[in-house]
Amino acid sequence: MNLHGVAAIYKFEMARTFRTLAQSLATPVISTSLYFIVFGAAIGSRLPPIEGVPYGAFIVPGLVLLSILMESVSNASFGIYLPKFAGTIGEILSAPLSAFELVLGYIGAAVTKSLMVAAVTLVVARLFVPYHIDHPVIALAFLLMIAVSFCLFGFLVGLVAKSFDQLQTVPLLILSPLGFLGGSFYTIDMLPEPWATIAMANPIVYLVSAFRWSFYGISDVSVGVSLAATAGFLALCSSILAWVFKTGWRLKA
Amino acid sequence: MDDILTLSGVEKRYASGHVALHGVDLAIRRGEIFALLGPNGAGKTTLISIVCGIVTPSGGTITVDGHDAQRDYRAARAKIGLVPQELATDMFERVWDTVRFSRGLFGCPPDDAHLERVLRDLALWDKRGSRLAELSGGMKRRVLIAKALSHEPRILFLDEPTAGVDVGLRRDMWALVRRLRDQGVTIILTTHYIEEAEEMADRIGIITGGRIKLVEEKAKLLATLGRTELHLDLAEPLAAVPAGLADATLSDEGRRLSYVQREGSMPIPQVLRIVEGAGVTYTGIETRRSSLEDIFVDLIGEKA
Repeated sequence: MNLHGVAAIYKFEMARTFRTLAQSLATPVISTSLYFIVFGAAIGSRLPPIEGVPYGAFIVPGLVLLSILMESVSNASFGIYLPKFAGTIGEILSAPLSAFELVLGYIGAAVTKSLMVAAVTLVVARLFVPYHIDHPVIALAFLLMIAVSFCLFGFLVGLVAKSFDQLQTVPLLILSPLGFLGGSFYTIDMLPEPWATIAMANPIVYLVSAFRWSFYGISDVSVGVSLAATAGFLALCSSILAWVFKTGWRLKA
Repeated sequence: MDDILTLSGVEKRYASGHVALHGVDLAIRRGEIFALLGPNGAGKTTLISIVCGIVTPSGGTITVDGHDAQRDYRAARAKIGLVPQELATDMFERVWDTVRFSRGLFGCPPDDAHLERVLRDLALWDKRGSRLAELSGGMKRRVLIAKALSHEPRILFLDEPTAGVDVGLRRDMWALVRRLRDQGVTIILTTHYIEEAEEMADRIGIITGGRIKLVEEKAKLLATLGRTELHLDLAEPLAAVPAGLADATLSDEGRRLSYVQREGSMPIPQVLRIVEGAGVTYTGIETRRSSLEDIFVDLIGEKA
Protein backbone atom coordinates (compact mmCIF):
# COMPACT_ATOMS: atom_id res chain seq x y z
CA MET A 1 0.00 0.00 0.00
CA ASN A 2 1.46 3.33 -1.10
CA LEU A 3 0.35 5.38 1.89
CA HIS A 4 2.73 8.22 1.10
CA GLY A 5 1.04 8.48 -2.28
CA VAL A 6 -2.47 8.54 -0.81
CA ALA A 7 -1.36 11.16 1.73
CA ALA A 8 0.23 13.26 -1.02
CA ILE A 9 -3.02 13.40 -3.01
CA TYR A 10 -5.07 14.02 0.12
CA LYS A 11 -2.83 16.89 1.23
CA PHE A 12 -2.76 18.34 -2.26
CA GLU A 13 -6.55 18.34 -2.43
CA MET A 14 -6.96 19.78 1.06
CA ALA A 15 -4.45 22.51 0.23
CA ARG A 16 -6.59 23.35 -2.80
CA THR A 17 -9.62 23.53 -0.50
CA PHE A 18 -7.94 25.91 1.92
CA ARG A 19 -6.53 27.99 -0.90
CA THR A 20 -10.07 28.57 -2.14
CA LEU A 21 -11.73 28.76 1.25
CA ALA A 22 -14.17 31.45 0.19
CA GLN A 23 -15.45 29.36 -2.68
CA SER A 24 -15.25 25.95 -1.07
CA LEU A 25 -16.58 26.69 2.41
CA ALA A 26 -18.06 30.16 2.63
CA THR A 27 -20.22 29.93 -0.50
CA PRO A 28 -22.15 26.77 0.40
CA VAL A 29 -22.52 27.86 4.00
CA ILE A 30 -23.80 31.32 3.09
CA SER A 31 -26.24 30.12 0.45
CA THR A 32 -27.69 27.51 2.81
CA SER A 33 -27.87 30.05 5.62
CA LEU A 34 -29.93 32.33 3.40
CA TYR A 35 -32.54 29.57 3.16
CA PHE A 36 -32.58 29.27 6.94
CA ILE A 37 -33.14 33.00 7.28
CA VAL A 38 -35.85 33.27 4.61
CA PHE A 39 -37.71 29.97 4.95
CA GLY A 40 -36.75 29.11 8.50
CA ALA A 41 -36.72 32.29 10.52
CA ALA A 42 -38.87 34.64 8.37
CA ILE A 43 -41.55 32.61 6.54
CA GLY A 44 -41.28 29.50 8.70
CA SER A 45 -42.66 31.26 11.75
CA ARG A 46 -45.95 31.86 9.85
CA LEU A 47 -46.26 28.22 8.75
CA PRO A 48 -47.81 25.44 10.84
CA PRO A 49 -45.50 22.75 12.22
CA ILE A 50 -45.16 19.56 10.18
CA GLU A 51 -45.78 16.35 12.19
CA GLY A 52 -45.07 18.33 15.32
CA VAL A 53 -41.81 19.84 14.08
CA PRO A 54 -41.65 23.63 13.63
CA TYR A 55 -41.22 24.44 9.93
CA GLY A 56 -37.89 26.20 10.45
CA ALA A 57 -36.42 23.13 12.10
CA PHE A 58 -38.17 20.79 9.63
CA ILE A 59 -36.17 22.08 6.66
CA VAL A 60 -32.75 21.93 8.37
CA PRO A 61 -31.86 18.27 7.63
CA GLY A 62 -32.98 18.49 3.99
CA LEU A 63 -31.09 21.69 3.31
CA VAL A 64 -27.91 20.43 4.96
CA LEU A 65 -28.20 17.25 2.93
CA LEU A 66 -28.70 19.14 -0.33
CA SER A 67 -25.69 21.26 0.38
CA ILE A 68 -23.65 18.09 1.01
CA LEU A 69 -24.84 16.49 -2.22
CA MET A 70 -23.93 19.50 -4.29
CA GLU A 71 -20.61 20.00 -2.54
CA SER A 72 -19.63 16.35 -2.79
CA VAL A 73 -20.38 16.12 -6.49
CA SER A 74 -18.82 19.42 -7.47
CA ASN A 75 -15.74 19.05 -5.30
CA ALA A 76 -14.94 15.46 -6.26
CA SER A 77 -15.62 16.13 -9.93
CA PHE A 78 -13.36 19.20 -9.90
CA GLY A 79 -10.66 17.27 -8.05
CA ILE A 80 -10.18 14.79 -10.87
CA TYR A 81 -11.20 17.03 -13.76
CA LEU A 82 -8.56 19.67 -13.01
CA PRO A 83 -5.54 17.37 -13.50
CA LYS A 84 -7.19 16.04 -16.64
CA PHE A 85 -7.71 19.59 -17.88
CA ALA A 86 -4.26 20.84 -16.85
CA GLY A 87 -2.52 17.74 -18.16
CA THR A 88 -0.99 16.88 -14.79
CA ILE A 89 -2.94 13.60 -14.72
CA GLY A 90 0.05 11.99 -16.45
CA GLU A 91 2.15 12.20 -13.31
CA ILE A 92 -0.62 10.68 -11.22
CA LEU A 93 -1.18 7.82 -13.66
CA SER A 94 2.55 7.13 -13.86
CA ALA A 95 2.87 6.90 -10.07
CA PRO A 96 3.07 3.52 -8.33
CA LEU A 97 -0.51 3.85 -7.08
CA SER A 98 -3.36 1.38 -7.38
CA ALA A 99 -6.74 2.64 -8.55
CA PHE A 100 -8.05 2.17 -5.02
CA GLU A 101 -5.27 4.29 -3.53
CA LEU A 102 -5.79 7.01 -6.10
CA VAL A 103 -9.54 7.16 -5.41
CA LEU A 104 -8.92 6.98 -1.67
CA GLY A 105 -6.76 10.11 -1.83
CA TYR A 106 -9.22 12.12 -3.90
CA ILE A 107 -12.42 10.87 -2.28
CA GLY A 108 -10.93 11.11 1.21
CA ALA A 109 -10.26 14.81 0.68
CA ALA A 110 -13.63 15.47 -0.97
CA VAL A 111 -15.49 13.71 1.85
CA THR A 112 -13.52 15.64 4.46
CA LYS A 113 -14.52 18.89 2.82
CA SER A 114 -18.17 17.84 2.57
CA LEU A 115 -18.25 17.01 6.27
CA MET A 116 -16.62 20.35 7.05
CA VAL A 117 -19.33 22.11 5.08
CA ALA A 118 -21.99 20.05 6.89
CA ALA A 119 -20.57 20.86 10.31
CA VAL A 120 -20.30 24.59 9.65
CA THR A 121 -23.76 24.71 8.06
CA LEU A 122 -25.32 22.96 11.04
CA VAL A 123 -23.64 25.34 13.45
CA VAL A 124 -24.74 28.38 11.44
CA ALA A 125 -28.29 27.01 11.14
CA ARG A 126 -28.46 26.88 14.92
CA LEU A 127 -28.13 30.69 14.98
CA PHE A 128 -31.39 31.11 13.06
CA VAL A 129 -33.56 28.12 13.91
CA PRO A 130 -33.63 25.95 17.02
CA TYR A 131 -33.37 22.25 16.14
CA HIS A 132 -32.20 19.05 17.81
CA ILE A 133 -30.78 15.74 16.62
CA ASP A 134 -32.41 12.63 18.13
CA HIS A 135 -29.88 10.13 16.79
CA PRO A 136 -26.56 12.00 16.32
CA VAL A 137 -24.51 8.84 15.70
CA ILE A 138 -26.87 7.59 13.01
CA ALA A 139 -27.04 11.10 11.54
CA LEU A 140 -23.25 11.22 11.30
CA ALA A 141 -22.99 7.71 9.87
CA PHE A 142 -25.65 8.50 7.31
CA LEU A 143 -23.96 11.79 6.40
CA LEU A 144 -20.68 9.97 5.91
CA MET A 145 -22.28 7.35 3.69
CA ILE A 146 -24.00 10.03 1.60
CA ALA A 147 -20.82 12.04 1.30
CA VAL A 148 -18.82 8.99 0.20
CA SER A 149 -21.38 7.87 -2.39
CA PHE A 150 -21.87 11.30 -3.89
CA CYS A 151 -18.13 12.00 -3.92
CA LEU A 152 -17.71 8.76 -5.86
CA PHE A 153 -20.50 9.87 -8.16
CA GLY A 154 -18.84 13.28 -8.56
CA PHE A 155 -15.51 11.59 -9.29
CA LEU A 156 -17.24 9.70 -12.10
CA VAL A 157 -18.75 12.92 -13.41
CA GLY A 158 -15.26 14.47 -13.39
CA LEU A 159 -13.86 11.49 -15.30
CA VAL A 160 -16.61 11.58 -17.92
CA ALA A 161 -16.71 15.37 -18.35
CA LYS A 162 -14.94 16.74 -21.39
CA SER A 163 -15.44 20.41 -20.55
CA PHE A 164 -16.10 22.69 -17.60
CA ASP A 165 -19.58 23.10 -19.03
CA GLN A 166 -20.31 19.40 -18.72
CA LEU A 167 -18.84 19.46 -15.24
CA GLN A 168 -21.49 21.97 -14.14
CA THR A 169 -24.31 20.23 -15.95
CA VAL A 170 -24.84 17.36 -13.54
CA PRO A 171 -25.00 19.42 -10.33
CA LEU A 172 -27.10 22.19 -11.85
CA LEU A 173 -29.40 20.39 -14.26
CA ILE A 174 -29.90 17.06 -12.51
CA LEU A 175 -29.02 17.32 -8.85
CA SER A 176 -30.48 20.74 -8.19
CA PRO A 177 -34.06 19.98 -9.41
CA LEU A 178 -34.04 16.51 -7.86
CA GLY A 179 -32.88 18.08 -4.63
CA PHE A 180 -35.52 20.79 -4.53
CA LEU A 181 -38.23 18.27 -5.32
CA GLY A 182 -36.72 15.76 -2.92
CA GLY A 183 -38.82 16.72 0.07
CA SER A 184 -36.47 19.15 1.77
CA PHE A 185 -39.27 21.72 2.14
CA TYR A 186 -42.28 19.40 2.55
CA THR A 187 -43.26 15.83 3.26
CA ILE A 188 -44.17 13.72 0.27
CA ASP A 189 -47.76 13.21 1.46
CA MET A 190 -48.28 16.97 1.24
CA LEU A 191 -48.01 16.61 -2.56
CA PRO A 192 -51.18 16.04 -4.62
CA GLU A 193 -51.41 12.91 -6.77
CA PRO A 194 -49.90 11.97 -9.16
CA TRP A 195 -46.89 14.00 -7.90
CA ALA A 196 -46.67 12.11 -4.64
CA THR A 197 -46.26 8.83 -6.54
CA ILE A 198 -43.88 10.36 -9.09
CA ALA A 199 -41.81 11.81 -6.26
CA MET A 200 -41.11 8.30 -5.00
CA ALA A 201 -38.98 7.75 -8.13
CA ASN A 202 -36.70 10.58 -6.99
CA PRO A 203 -33.74 9.01 -5.16
CA ILE A 204 -33.14 12.19 -3.18
CA VAL A 205 -36.48 11.65 -1.37
CA TYR A 206 -35.08 8.56 0.34
CA LEU A 207 -31.94 10.35 1.46
CA VAL A 208 -33.74 13.40 2.84
CA SER A 209 -36.30 11.20 4.57
CA ALA A 210 -33.73 9.08 6.37
CA PHE A 211 -31.60 12.05 7.35
CA ARG A 212 -34.62 13.87 8.73
CA TRP A 213 -35.58 10.76 10.65
CA SER A 214 -32.21 10.84 12.44
CA PHE A 215 -33.08 14.39 13.56
CA TYR A 216 -36.76 14.16 14.54
CA GLY A 217 -37.83 10.53 14.17
CA ILE A 218 -40.24 11.35 11.31
CA SER A 219 -39.84 9.99 7.79
CA ASP A 220 -41.67 9.62 4.46
CA VAL A 221 -40.28 6.17 3.76
CA SER A 222 -38.90 3.58 6.14
CA VAL A 223 -35.33 4.16 7.24
CA GLY A 224 -34.39 0.61 6.17
CA VAL A 225 -35.46 1.31 2.57
CA SER A 226 -33.50 4.58 2.61
CA LEU A 227 -30.37 2.91 3.89
CA ALA A 228 -30.69 0.13 1.33
CA ALA A 229 -31.14 2.70 -1.46
CA THR A 230 -28.07 4.64 -0.32
CA ALA A 231 -25.99 1.48 0.00
CA GLY A 232 -27.14 0.42 -3.45
CA PHE A 233 -26.08 3.78 -4.91
CA LEU A 234 -22.72 3.50 -3.18
CA ALA A 235 -22.20 0.01 -4.58
CA LEU A 236 -23.23 1.15 -8.07
CA CYS A 237 -20.80 4.08 -8.10
CA SER A 238 -17.98 1.92 -6.73
CA SER A 239 -18.46 -0.76 -9.35
CA ILE A 240 -18.63 1.70 -12.24
CA LEU A 241 -15.48 3.35 -10.92
CA ALA A 242 -13.73 -0.02 -10.60
CA TRP A 243 -14.67 -0.74 -14.22
CA VAL A 244 -13.37 2.66 -15.33
CA PHE A 245 -10.01 2.01 -13.76
CA LYS A 246 -9.83 -1.55 -15.03
CA THR A 247 -10.40 -0.45 -18.61
CA GLY A 248 -8.77 2.98 -18.32
CA TRP A 249 -11.81 4.51 -20.05
CA ARG A 250 -11.53 8.30 -20.38
CA LEU A 251 -8.40 8.02 -18.27
CA LYS A 252 -5.80 6.27 -20.39
CA ALA A 253 -5.43 6.03 -24.12
CA MET B 1 26.47 -4.84 -20.16
CA ASP B 2 23.08 -5.54 -18.57
CA ASP B 3 19.81 -4.04 -19.67
CA ILE B 4 17.73 -1.95 -17.26
CA LEU B 5 14.71 -1.68 -19.56
CA THR B 6 13.52 -4.11 -22.18
CA LEU B 7 10.53 -3.84 -24.46
CA SER B 8 9.49 -6.82 -26.50
CA GLY B 9 6.78 -6.77 -29.10
CA VAL B 10 5.18 -3.64 -27.65
CA GLU B 11 2.20 -2.64 -29.74
CA LYS B 12 -0.27 0.20 -29.55
CA ARG B 13 -3.43 0.31 -31.56
CA TYR B 14 -5.72 3.21 -30.66
CA ALA B 15 -9.48 2.86 -30.60
CA SER B 16 -9.59 4.91 -33.81
CA GLY B 17 -7.71 2.05 -35.48
CA HIS B 18 -4.51 4.07 -35.77
CA VAL B 19 -1.49 1.90 -35.03
CA ALA B 20 1.06 4.01 -33.16
CA LEU B 21 3.55 1.23 -32.46
CA HIS B 22 4.16 -1.96 -34.43
CA GLY B 23 5.76 -4.59 -32.19
CA VAL B 24 8.64 -2.55 -30.80
CA ASP B 25 11.65 -4.40 -29.41
CA LEU B 26 14.15 -2.28 -27.57
CA ALA B 27 16.73 -2.83 -24.85
CA ILE B 28 18.19 0.05 -22.87
CA ARG B 29 21.50 -0.54 -21.12
CA ARG B 30 22.04 0.36 -17.51
CA GLY B 31 23.67 3.75 -17.13
CA GLU B 32 23.56 4.89 -20.74
CA ILE B 33 22.15 7.98 -22.37
CA PHE B 34 19.86 6.77 -25.11
CA ALA B 35 18.41 9.16 -27.63
CA LEU B 36 15.25 8.24 -29.45
CA LEU B 37 15.00 10.19 -32.66
CA GLY B 38 12.10 10.37 -34.99
CA PRO B 39 9.85 12.74 -36.87
CA ASN B 40 6.60 14.04 -35.40
CA GLY B 41 4.03 11.29 -34.96
CA ALA B 42 6.65 8.54 -35.12
CA GLY B 43 5.52 7.08 -31.79
CA LYS B 44 8.18 8.47 -29.45
CA THR B 45 5.79 9.88 -26.88
CA THR B 46 3.48 6.86 -27.14
CA LEU B 47 6.43 4.59 -26.43
CA ILE B 48 7.45 6.58 -23.36
CA SER B 49 3.86 6.86 -22.14
CA ILE B 50 3.43 3.09 -22.33
CA VAL B 51 6.58 2.44 -20.31
CA CYS B 52 5.45 4.97 -17.70
CA GLY B 53 1.93 3.54 -17.42
CA ILE B 54 0.05 6.50 -18.90
CA VAL B 55 -0.98 4.62 -22.03
CA THR B 56 -2.08 0.99 -21.99
CA PRO B 57 -0.22 -1.16 -24.53
CA SER B 58 -2.26 -3.34 -26.89
CA GLY B 59 0.35 -6.06 -26.66
CA GLY B 60 3.89 -6.94 -25.69
CA THR B 61 5.84 -6.93 -22.46
CA ILE B 62 7.98 -4.36 -20.70
CA THR B 63 10.51 -5.18 -18.02
CA VAL B 64 11.91 -2.43 -15.81
CA ASP B 65 14.98 -3.52 -13.89
CA GLY B 66 13.59 -7.04 -13.59
CA HIS B 67 10.00 -5.99 -12.84
CA ASP B 68 7.15 -6.55 -15.26
CA ALA B 69 5.65 -3.11 -15.90
CA GLN B 70 2.09 -4.50 -15.87
CA ARG B 71 2.03 -7.14 -13.15
CA ASP B 72 4.61 -5.56 -10.87
CA TYR B 73 3.79 -1.96 -11.72
CA ARG B 74 4.58 -0.56 -8.29
CA ALA B 75 8.20 -1.68 -8.27
CA ALA B 76 8.58 -0.83 -11.96
CA ARG B 77 7.12 2.66 -11.76
CA ALA B 78 8.98 3.58 -8.57
CA LYS B 79 12.21 3.33 -10.58
CA ILE B 80 11.06 5.65 -13.34
CA GLY B 81 10.97 9.42 -13.52
CA LEU B 82 9.24 11.15 -16.41
CA VAL B 83 9.72 14.69 -17.64
CA PRO B 84 6.79 15.17 -19.99
CA GLN B 85 6.88 17.14 -23.16
CA GLU B 86 3.96 19.39 -22.27
CA LEU B 87 4.57 22.05 -19.63
CA ALA B 88 1.61 20.87 -17.58
CA THR B 89 1.80 22.16 -14.04
CA ASP B 90 -0.52 22.95 -11.19
CA MET B 91 -0.48 26.68 -11.72
CA PHE B 92 -1.32 27.68 -8.17
CA GLU B 93 1.09 25.35 -6.41
CA ARG B 94 4.42 26.48 -5.08
CA VAL B 95 7.66 24.91 -6.31
CA TRP B 96 8.55 23.38 -2.97
CA ASP B 97 5.08 21.90 -2.43
CA THR B 98 4.93 20.43 -5.89
CA VAL B 99 8.23 18.55 -5.59
CA ARG B 100 7.24 17.26 -2.14
CA PHE B 101 3.94 16.13 -3.66
CA SER B 102 5.72 14.23 -6.42
CA ARG B 103 8.03 12.48 -3.97
CA GLY B 104 5.09 11.36 -1.85
CA LEU B 105 3.07 10.31 -4.86
CA PHE B 106 5.84 7.88 -5.80
CA GLY B 107 5.70 6.32 -2.36
CA CYS B 108 8.80 7.85 -0.82
CA PRO B 109 8.97 9.18 2.74
CA PRO B 110 9.78 12.91 2.93
CA ASP B 111 13.46 13.76 2.44
CA ASP B 112 13.82 17.52 2.33
CA ALA B 113 17.61 17.31 2.10
CA HIS B 114 17.35 15.38 -1.16
CA LEU B 115 14.78 17.77 -2.55
CA GLU B 116 16.96 20.73 -1.61
CA ARG B 117 19.88 19.17 -3.53
CA VAL B 118 17.66 18.62 -6.57
CA LEU B 119 16.37 22.19 -6.51
CA ARG B 120 19.86 23.63 -6.03
CA ASP B 121 21.17 21.50 -8.90
CA LEU B 122 18.50 22.97 -11.13
CA ALA B 123 19.04 26.52 -9.87
CA LEU B 124 15.50 26.51 -8.48
CA TRP B 125 16.26 26.82 -4.79
CA ASP B 126 15.68 30.57 -4.78
CA LYS B 127 12.35 30.00 -6.48
CA ARG B 128 11.08 27.37 -4.06
CA GLY B 129 8.44 29.72 -2.64
CA SER B 130 7.17 30.88 -6.05
CA ARG B 131 3.92 29.78 -7.56
CA LEU B 132 4.36 27.82 -10.77
CA ALA B 133 2.21 30.31 -12.66
CA GLU B 134 4.82 32.99 -11.95
CA LEU B 135 7.67 31.05 -13.55
CA SER B 136 8.99 31.33 -17.10
CA GLY B 137 8.73 28.41 -19.51
CA GLY B 138 12.35 27.40 -18.92
CA MET B 139 11.83 27.47 -15.16
CA LYS B 140 8.70 25.35 -15.46
CA ARG B 141 10.67 22.84 -17.50
CA ARG B 142 13.21 22.66 -14.67
CA VAL B 143 10.45 22.22 -12.12
CA LEU B 144 9.20 19.26 -14.13
CA ILE B 145 12.70 17.79 -14.05
CA ALA B 146 12.86 18.38 -10.29
CA LYS B 147 9.53 16.60 -9.86
CA ALA B 148 10.75 13.66 -11.94
CA LEU B 149 13.93 13.44 -9.83
CA SER B 150 12.15 13.85 -6.49
CA HIS B 151 11.82 10.11 -5.88
CA GLU B 152 15.38 9.26 -6.94
CA PRO B 153 14.51 7.28 -10.08
CA ARG B 154 16.99 4.92 -11.75
CA ILE B 155 15.60 5.65 -15.20
CA LEU B 156 14.80 9.16 -16.34
CA PHE B 157 12.70 9.82 -19.43
CA LEU B 158 13.10 13.23 -20.97
CA ASP B 159 10.49 13.81 -23.65
CA GLU B 160 11.73 16.69 -25.80
CA PRO B 161 13.52 18.25 -22.82
CA THR B 162 14.87 21.29 -24.61
CA ALA B 163 11.92 22.19 -26.80
CA GLY B 164 11.41 25.93 -26.44
CA VAL B 165 14.40 26.35 -24.17
CA ASP B 166 17.05 29.00 -24.79
CA VAL B 167 20.63 28.11 -25.65
CA GLY B 168 22.07 28.82 -22.20
CA LEU B 169 19.52 26.70 -20.44
CA ARG B 170 19.94 23.94 -22.99
CA ARG B 171 23.66 23.78 -22.15
CA ASP B 172 22.80 23.69 -18.43
CA MET B 173 20.38 20.87 -19.05
CA TRP B 174 22.91 18.83 -20.96
CA ALA B 175 25.36 19.30 -18.10
CA LEU B 176 22.69 18.14 -15.67
CA VAL B 177 21.94 15.06 -17.75
CA ARG B 178 25.61 14.14 -17.76
CA ARG B 179 25.82 14.58 -13.99
CA LEU B 180 22.84 12.29 -13.58
CA ARG B 181 24.42 9.71 -15.83
CA ASP B 182 27.57 9.94 -13.70
CA GLN B 183 25.39 9.16 -10.68
CA GLY B 184 24.25 6.00 -12.43
CA VAL B 185 20.89 7.15 -13.73
CA THR B 186 19.91 5.73 -17.10
CA ILE B 187 18.59 8.44 -19.37
CA ILE B 188 16.29 8.08 -22.32
CA LEU B 189 15.56 11.23 -24.23
CA THR B 190 13.51 11.97 -27.25
CA THR B 191 14.40 14.94 -29.30
CA HIS B 192 13.84 16.81 -32.49
CA TYR B 193 17.23 18.44 -32.20
CA ILE B 194 19.61 16.01 -33.76
CA GLU B 195 22.54 18.07 -32.55
CA GLU B 196 21.30 17.26 -29.06
CA ALA B 197 21.48 13.52 -29.68
CA GLU B 198 24.86 13.94 -31.33
CA GLU B 199 26.11 15.90 -28.34
CA MET B 200 24.69 13.73 -25.58
CA ALA B 201 23.82 10.22 -26.52
CA ASP B 202 25.81 7.03 -26.10
CA ARG B 203 23.42 5.18 -28.34
CA ILE B 204 20.79 6.31 -30.76
CA GLY B 205 17.54 4.73 -31.78
CA ILE B 206 15.61 5.90 -34.78
CA ILE B 207 11.88 5.42 -34.83
CA THR B 208 9.54 6.20 -37.66
CA GLY B 209 5.99 5.13 -38.37
CA GLY B 210 5.82 3.23 -35.08
CA ARG B 211 8.77 1.00 -35.92
CA ILE B 212 12.32 1.10 -34.60
CA LYS B 213 14.44 1.42 -37.72
CA LEU B 214 17.81 1.28 -36.12
CA VAL B 215 19.60 1.17 -32.79
CA GLU B 216 23.31 1.86 -32.82
CA GLU B 217 26.22 3.27 -30.85
CA LYS B 218 26.45 6.91 -31.79
CA ALA B 219 30.14 6.67 -32.71
CA LYS B 220 29.54 3.61 -34.85
CA LEU B 221 26.51 5.14 -36.47
CA LEU B 222 28.51 8.18 -37.46
CA ALA B 223 31.34 5.98 -38.69
CA THR B 224 29.32 3.47 -40.69
CA LEU B 225 26.59 5.67 -42.04
CA GLY B 226 28.60 8.85 -42.08
CA ARG B 227 30.48 10.13 -45.06
CA THR B 228 33.08 12.71 -45.85
CA GLU B 229 32.71 14.94 -48.85
CA LEU B 230 35.74 16.30 -50.68
CA HIS B 231 35.50 19.24 -53.03
CA LEU B 232 38.45 20.51 -55.03
CA ASP B 233 38.46 23.79 -56.96
CA LEU B 234 40.59 23.08 -60.00
CA ALA B 235 43.06 25.48 -61.57
CA GLU B 236 42.12 24.30 -65.10
CA PRO B 237 38.78 22.76 -66.08
CA LEU B 238 38.81 19.02 -66.69
CA ALA B 239 36.93 17.25 -69.45
CA ALA B 240 36.75 13.95 -67.58
CA VAL B 241 37.53 12.64 -64.10
CA PRO B 242 41.12 11.38 -63.72
CA ALA B 243 41.65 7.66 -64.31
CA GLY B 244 41.12 5.54 -61.19
CA LEU B 245 38.54 7.98 -59.74
CA ALA B 246 35.36 6.63 -61.30
CA ASP B 247 33.33 7.63 -58.22
CA ALA B 248 34.30 11.29 -58.42
CA THR B 249 32.13 13.83 -60.16
CA LEU B 250 32.82 17.03 -62.00
CA SER B 251 30.71 20.14 -61.79
CA ASP B 252 30.86 23.85 -62.56
CA GLU B 253 31.97 23.14 -66.14
CA GLY B 254 34.76 20.88 -64.99
CA ARG B 255 36.19 23.33 -62.48
CA ARG B 256 35.08 21.50 -59.41
CA LEU B 257 35.89 17.89 -58.55
CA SER B 258 33.81 16.24 -55.85
CA TYR B 259 34.15 12.91 -54.12
CA VAL B 260 32.10 11.29 -51.36
CA GLN B 261 33.91 8.88 -49.08
CA ARG B 262 31.76 6.25 -47.37
CA GLU B 263 32.77 3.31 -45.24
CA GLY B 264 34.86 0.92 -47.35
CA SER B 265 35.48 3.34 -50.16
CA MET B 266 38.79 4.92 -51.08
CA PRO B 267 40.16 7.18 -48.33
CA ILE B 268 40.50 10.88 -49.06
CA PRO B 269 44.35 11.05 -48.94
CA GLN B 270 44.53 8.37 -51.61
CA VAL B 271 42.12 10.35 -53.77
CA LEU B 272 44.36 13.39 -53.42
CA ARG B 273 47.43 11.37 -54.39
CA ILE B 274 45.68 10.14 -57.55
CA VAL B 275 44.62 13.67 -58.44
CA GLU B 276 48.14 15.00 -57.94
CA GLY B 277 49.60 11.97 -59.78
CA ALA B 278 47.40 12.84 -62.75
CA GLY B 279 48.99 16.28 -62.82
CA VAL B 280 45.82 18.10 -61.86
CA THR B 281 46.38 21.23 -59.76
CA TYR B 282 43.79 22.65 -57.44
CA THR B 283 43.44 26.06 -55.90
CA GLY B 284 41.00 25.23 -53.11
CA ILE B 285 40.14 22.23 -50.99
CA GLU B 286 37.08 21.69 -48.87
CA THR B 287 36.06 18.67 -46.84
CA ARG B 288 32.86 18.18 -44.87
CA ARG B 289 32.00 15.33 -42.51
CA SER B 290 28.32 14.43 -42.51
CA SER B 291 26.47 15.02 -39.27
CA LEU B 292 23.96 12.80 -37.57
CA GLU B 293 21.37 15.06 -39.15
CA ASP B 294 22.43 14.04 -42.66
CA ILE B 295 22.32 10.40 -41.62
CA PHE B 296 18.91 10.86 -40.06
CA VAL B 297 17.49 12.59 -43.09
CA ASP B 298 18.93 9.85 -45.32
CA LEU B 299 17.40 7.11 -43.20
CA ILE B 300 13.99 8.70 -42.75
CA GLY B 301 13.96 9.88 -46.34
CA GLU B 302 14.65 6.50 -47.90
CA LYS B 303 12.49 4.48 -45.56
CA ALA B 304 9.55 6.73 -44.89
